Amino acid sequence: MAASGLQILVAYPMLGPQGRPYGWYPFQGIPPPEWMRLGNWLAGARHWHFAFAWFLMLNGVAYVLYLALSGEWRRRLFLPRRDTRNALDTLAFYLRVRKHAPAQGLYNGLQRLAYTGTLALGLLAVLSGLVLYKPVQLGALTSLLGGYDGARAIHLVILALLALFTVGHIVLVLLHPRSLAEMVTGGRKPDA
Amino acid sequence: MPRHLLTRRTALLGTTALSASACDSSRPHEGFLGVMERFNARAQAVLFDERRLAPELPPEETTPPGKFPEYFISDTVPLAPSGWALRVGGLVARPTVLTLDALQRLPRTDLRIRHHCVEGWSAVASWHGVRLSELARHVGADTRAGYVELRSFDAGYYSSWDRPSAFHPQTILAYGMNGQPLTPGHGAPLRLYSGVKLGYKMVKYLTEVNFLPEPTGGYWEDRGYEWFAGV
Repeated sequence: MAASGLQILVAYPMLGPQGRPYGWYPFQGIPPPEWMRLGNWLAGARHWHFAFAWFLMLNGVAYVLYLALSGEWRRRLFLPRRDTRNALDTLAFYLRVRKHAPAQGLYNGLQRLAYTGTLALGLLAVLSGLVLYKPVQLGALTSLLGGYDGARAIHLVILALLALFTVGHIVLVLLHPRSLAEMVTGGRKPDA
Repeated sequence: MPRHLLTRRTALLGTTALSASACDSSRPHEGFLGVMERFNARAQAVLFDERRLAPELPPEETTPPGKFPEYFISDTVPLAPSGWALRVGGLVARPTVLTLDALQRLPRTDLRIRHHCVEGWSAVASWHGVRLSELARHVGADTRAGYVELRSFDAGYYSSWDRPSAFHPQTILAYGMNGQPLTPGHGAPLRLYSGVKLGYKMVKYLTEVNFLPEPTGGYWEDRGYEWFAGV
């Protein structure tokens, strides 16, 4: 999805409508590098993108169903009342402001915030993508997300944030290779 | 097949080869990408609501002068041949040739809506002309004509539309832009304009409108772009 999306971006590597480019976007007119792209050309990339978007959505629905039905949502989702304190303490520990890690279960507050954040980003990626696909037929959603060009910016910024999340985890694995198995399997459950 | 022939290795190689041929970027109408395109076309047709309108925009939203892109496939801006007139045919009760004057005598519709290009840019202008549904009424288009084909004098550029999108109230044969007669760069003397399709479906430099029982493809559609292309 990311690679075909970046190939689509090549056709108009700008954010903002014609004649009114957004000032805050630093890469106006700069197409993403070729090794990041899939689909060869605009029509090919669009076909990839709209074919596999369905599977991305199915994947998301399956995960949300799993979270809901297994009760895992209690352990994985960020509940502000329960987790804010722990997230701040964990952040303080990582920043070496605090000497000891706060007590935690399988996931600490910061992890829960990150997982819940990516879920929200995933949902927003799908919604902004639907706006780009059908800006008129889904007109209410289009105005909710700041119009067609607004949704296009959101769609790209989400990609950047998800890429950051992924790169962060790859760095973690490179620093602590053994954490890879735990990331994949979820690790040993303390209450199991 | 003996069990040992289907090793993990052959299964992996087979799946890779199959998916590579099923998703060929240079032939997006074929294989798995083609299957998904046809699925998406049906999904888009189901989602399409003929009463849903693209929002009318205020004049401030108009794209600054000179910034609305002018696309054509000829090497130079196509200019209307002298004695230009629009031929209307196919499954119609009264095949007709209409001059620009005759078109301008039909009821006029004005729109200021956002243009969505397949490339990802948007732009805004106001357009005026006659509804394609009005033209269909004028020539007595048959209900069996489920598709409308549009042809041009821009090096054979053409496209074809499904009837519900073509008969949408915001689909017009435009002879004016931003209050002025259409300029050659924007498709003079007559072009299709619509709120419900991507830009490449809106044929400029029109010569013919045909009401047909079958779709006939299009310039970009024949080269791999999606045929339905609704927005």
